[in-house]
Amino acid sequence: MSPESQPSAPAIEAPATIKTGAQIVVDTLVELGVETMFGYTGGVVLPLFDRLYDAPIRFIIPRHEQGGCHMADAYARASGKVGVVIATSGPGACNLTTGLGTAMMDSVPLVAITGQVRTDLIGNDAFQEADTTGITRPVTKYNSIVKDINDLERTVREAFHIASTGRPGPVLIDVPVDISVGKCKCNGKAAIDLPGYRIRTKGHARQISMAAEAINKAERPVLYVGGGVVSSNASEELQVLAEKAHLPVTMTLLGLGTFDQRRPESLDMLGMHGSAYANYAVQECDLLIAIGARFDDRVTGKVATFAPHAKVIHIDIDPSSISKNVQVDIPVVGDAKHILMELLKEIEYRERGPWFAKIAEWKKKHPFRYDKRAKTIKPQYVIDEICRQTKNEAVITTGVGQNQMWTAQFYKFVRPRQLISSGGLGTMGFGLPAAIGAQIARPDATVIDIDGDHSFNMTMTELATAVQYELPIKVCILNNGYMGMVRQWQELFYNRRYSCSYLKNPNYADVARALGAVGITVDKKEDVPKAVTQMLAEKQPCVVDFRVEREENVWPMVPAGKSLSDMDGLTILESMA
Amino acid sequence: MKHIISALVENKPGVLAHVAGMFAARGFNIDSLVVGRTEDPNLSRMTIVVIGDDRIVEQVRKQLARIIPVVKVQDFAGKAVVARDLMLINIAVPPEKRPEVFALIEMFRGHVVDIGQKSVMVEVSGPETKIEAFIDVCRPYGIKNVARTGTIAMSRQGTSGED
Repeated sequence: MSPESQPSAPAIEAPATIKTGAQIVVDTLVELGVETMFGYTGGVVLPLFDRLYDAPIRFIIPRHEQGGCHMADAYARASGKVGVVIATSGPGACNLTTGLGTAMMDSVPLVAITGQVRTDLIGNDAFQEADTTGITRPVTKYNSIVKDINDLERTVREAFHIASTGRPGPVLIDVPVDISVGKCKCNGKAAIDLPGYRIRTKGHARQISMAAEAINKAERPVLYVGGGVVSSNASEELQVLAEKAHLPVTMTLLGLGTFDQRRPESLDMLGMHGSAYANYAVQECDLLIAIGARFDDRVTGKVATFAPHAKVIHIDIDPSSISKNVQVDIPVVGDAKHILMELLKEIEYRERGPWFAKIAEWKKKHPFRYDKRAKTIKPQYVIDEICRQTKNEAVITTGVGQNQMWTAQFYKFVRPRQLISSGGLGTMGFGLPAAIGAQIARPDATVIDIDGDHSFNMTMTELATAVQYELPIKVCILNNGYMGMVRQWQELFYNRRYSCSYLKNPNYADVARALGAVGITVDKKEDVPKAVTQMLAEKQPCVVDFRVEREENVWPMVPAGKSLSDMDGLTILESMA
Repeated sequence: MKHIISALVENKPGVLAHVAGMFAARGFNIDSLVVGRTEDPNLSRMTIVVIGDDRIVEQVRKQLARIIPVVKVQDFAGKAVVARDLMLINIAVPPEKRPEVFALIEMFRGHVVDIGQKSVMVEVSGPETKIEAFIDVCRPYGIKNVARTGTIAMSRQGTSGED
């Protein structure tokens, strides 16, 4: 794809090139290092796709734009690079919105390019016209429509810069078709011009010293770590901090993997379905050190009684996250990796014997448990078995609901970017397309979607995508026939009136085979290990339909609006010991 | 409590929608919002009056600053500031009442901009309290229409002058 160069330009000036808008977009993507893109074609993006036809970019076509957006999202989460998705105007752009919202809530670097009708038709209700920038404004970090071809290259560069820096997020560029086919003279690189976009990377030195002093003094500290540590690639620094200062570490759903869960300092996940020991530790700590986490309601429970004895340190790159939900005593705004490196210089080791003894006691009394004597297949057992056979090394994606919470509880993650899950938006149907995106980013990894039957139903058509691109993804459906988490709430809070939380499911193994994948059905407990072994050995996409215990609940549970220490289900868990 | 927030924004399409959308999505209440050009053709100034406690207004400020085309945000609370509203008000005034109404207009340093058979249109500018007070004194005569700009503000460099 060599651009047509102009006949010998004067030596002093940069050689000017005439390019079409589509050429500008694709050339800039290649120059920015984009190797893989996801997306779906359509009328007004034909010029872009024509340029992509012989561009050195691997292109993955999903079966639905939402799937493509989730794939690009998971590709970004698994690789740390910017995910790129493209869709046509109108319905194509509308179908991206769930994927953009998912990426927005979880701060994933994503660039979406949408086609738009001709500029002279905008606002006329033209065929496949939608106000894409209007619709996607609340679900993007930034978006813009390009109405002048001279702004196009700069806009593409700005999109990548905004998506991947600061608190990452999705950025959408809307490109009308007359801009794609239009021509303009290009002179060297267009410079980014964003006077309103400034990122504070370095933390304030005095704030860092105050934080270090508070850590050095603390008797009962807890590190509370979120997805920001993943974005900032600060997992190593976090491990060093936990070791050097001797601190217990709890993680949010998106923070899982930043600290090796096999280590004794790990308190695993906190919050609504977090571990009892993490929740107790947070409620009793005298210092809470939040890093790249945003005090989400699923984490804090009732805010007024959250960590009542604690001084709070909050390290975050987004100033608007500070004191949004919980009042912070020592805020440090900046990049987690940079701040941790500075902080480490001032940190001293402290034994904190009584605190760790108390934590060990909670851990011993209230581990995550399930009934191992049950004759039915317990969903937790399936995850346990997957974790055992993959030796904690697989990349796991999930649906949303019970399947997601059990995965967070029973798979023990050891490194960042290993769990890919829709935390903030809670998008059912994320698991399968996410597995595809993750497998493309990590071709050598074992990628497993641990899904619910209802979540899988939402996007299962993407199995055809996995077959087309010969991706050896695994899908484990924890099939209980219910929208499990909704059913659990109906059981607990709505007198077991299971209103609309049940669907008649297809035979998933048959569906898998029909789409060209391998399908396995497991309905006996003793067949679980063998099925997992077979699944892991498959070179083709493989779906395993585990017919699990139908009315199993996720415990412990902090009911919405209750304090973290008010956990239900602890006695049930104890009875399973 | 009312806070006056001033935001310097890039003069680009969609910025007003972005700011207004952010207020709606996060449940912040706007009392008034004024957008106008500045001395720099690339920048506009939005003056937003927000009702809320300090914590809410702090969030408003941060969320505004987070919007990419928003270049600078200032909260004028607790600062020396000149804040002004402009109002056009159409008052029902029969000819025999004109002298007493004109006296009121004089007191408020307003200007008569239009006179009809039974009405007078007046232009008044000043701090919001003055505008409200003028509306109150006009009420007994009958108010036909009111159009107000909302507050614009600028921080004070000197130390003296009127509020």
